[in-house]
Amino acid sequence: MKLEALFACFGQMSCVVTQSTSALIIGMLLFLVASGVTLIFGVLNVVNFAHGTLYMLGAYIAYTVYQPTESYFLAVVAGAIGVGIFGVLFERFLISKVYGQDVLMQLLVCYGVVLIMDDVVKIVWGVDFMKMGMPAAFRLPPIRLGGGLIPPFYLFLIVISALIGLGLWYVITRTRYGKMVRAAAVNPAMVSALGIRTPLLFASVFGLGAVLAGAAGALAAPVRALTPGMGFSIVIESFIVTVIGGMGSIGGALAAAILLGFVRSFGSVGFPLFTDGLMFLIMGLVLIFKPAGLFGGKAR
Amino acid sequence: MQKNTLARDLIAAAVALALLLSVPMLTGSKATTNFIIYVSANGLLAMSLNLLVGYTGLVSFGHALFFGAAGAYPFVMLMQNLPLSVPSGILLTLGFAGVLALLIGAICVRLTEIYFSFLTLAFQMLIYSLMMNMIEYTGGDNGLSGIPRPPFFGINLADGGTFYAFACIVFVIAIVIMRVIVMSPFGFTLRLIRDNAQRATFLGVNVVRMKLVCFVLAGMFGSLGGIIMALFSQGAYPSFAFWTNSGDAIFMIMLGGLNVFLGPVLGAVILQLLNDVVTHYTKHYGLFLGLLILLIVLGFRKGLLDFVFDWRQSREQSALSAERKKAQS
Repeated sequence: MKLEALFACFGQMSCVVTQSTSALIIGMLLFLVASGVTLIFGVLNVVNFAHGTLYMLGAYIAYTVYQPTESYFLAVVAGAIGVGIFGVLFERFLISKVYGQDVLMQLLVCYGVVLIMDDVVKIVWGVDFMKMGMPAAFRLPPIRLGGGLIPPFYLFLIVISALIGLGLWYVITRTRYGKMVRAAAVNPAMVSALGIRTPLLFASVFGLGAVLAGAAGALAAPVRALTPGMGFSIVIESFIVTVIGGMGSIGGALAAAILLGFVRSFGSVGFPLFTDGLMFLIMGLVLIFKPAGLFGGKAR
Repeated sequence: MQKNTLARDLIAAAVALALLLSVPMLTGSKATTNFIIYVSANGLLAMSLNLLVGYTGLVSFGHALFFGAAGAYPFVMLMQNLPLSVPSGILLTLGFAGVLALLIGAICVRLTEIYFSFLTLAFQMLIYSLMMNMIEYTGGDNGLSGIPRPPFFGINLADGGTFYAFACIVFVIAIVIMRVIVMSPFGFTLRLIRDNAQRATFLGVNVVRMKLVCFVLAGMFGSLGGIIMALFSQGAYPSFAFWTNSGDAIFMIMLGGLNVFLGPVLGAVILQLLNDVVTHYTKHYGLFLGLLILLIVLGFRKGLLDFVFDWRQSREQSALSAERKKAQS
């Protein structure tokens, strides 16, 4: 425990600004991944245990596109679209075969895919840590804000993830497609009876979740080390986010992801060994006192 | 009938044990006995997990927690730091595993389905990361190697042949105890909970308590598997407690068969065989295992012994309907 360090940090504006920025980055990237998990669970009733694999693929695809083109924009778009295509194929050929089956089968299919893709990444990109490096456009002097120094790229990451989140909110709540998705979450049989092709809808929802995960991975590539298996811990964190925020609730996922971002960021100052433990403590408290999550969601 | 099945099971266990103990005399190959020791450790992991998955319908994805973090690690730490005999080290470790399972289970068993799975996985990862951080006690990434094995009652586990016999005896005894558990009224209550928890509640069963008892028992047997592994590999290593070990245990159950008591052991045997063969040819074991999992889950949709189970059930069914027809005519 280094609680003095934490209090000292709260005393200094610069430390608070720095840690809050890193909290928002962790939180927003986590939100992009977790919103996919919660969306897929809400509609397809499957918890995609392989979602971290999609995040990892996004990062690696972005890395590969960035190397020859030097274009971060192209890298992120390629990461998102590539993973989206992978997600649709994954849903059509594997996950759709275990809809409605017990949890054991669903988990095993995802586990198989995680094992396969971790090895595929090892074969294609090697086992070593890789660094993508900061895109040229962002190699600028840090911005001074309230006494703290913030690299411009960090601000960009936060803003762009917020914009993606906003876009997702618009699609789900304001469009005809979003209406179909929300209806399918409540009663897929009825949606199908009304003449909407639910298999197509399911595949598209899975693809959308995959695009979000791929985009998160690609966006994070400049600030994270790329390694096979990098997606695993983010699945666990996404799950914690969905439990805290409420399964199926995208707003809840946003709030919970940012909460976890702050826990991780300030926790690493105050009690580095117990940061994970604190996340679990919050999840445990939510499960005990508000089992449906802070923002409703499905009861369990 | 209860008594008869018990007697039959005991005889089967005695025969199996005699066969296992005669293996060194028959082959004398170290590879075979090592293989059997691996299977007894992993078999206990899979069998104990099946108490939860197959009999209670709780798909735990964090069972290697008990194998590694509440089995191999505390056992090695106890033996290294205290002047304990092997049996008291085992009993203390099992006690620790029981208490830990009680604490974790008290939170987890209130949830069902995927929530239970992920929460158990999350606990495993929490404890794994705590373990990896406490380098001075657990050795971090290197694990703990070296374990004193003082002789007890004239048994010296440092001797390879003696240890083989010890592992087989522990394995068979543990399997017999699990058999008694699943054939007891408690075991049938677990099946009732699996098939219809609501009905069990209406019949006055305290579902949460029953699940918790099952969780604790499964944790302790899983820990025993980890202890055998620690004695065999003479140490405790992070891979024992890593999440893929839980995934592999689930696959062993699925591969061997959910509905047959010894199915998980068969799964452990096959997976160990595959591991030995595949790692010989390629280092991409994960790729191979993943493809196999997809093939079994999406192709066969059940484990190998489940085919035997279904075949026997359909034969019984047809015999029954034939009898009924006879009675009618």
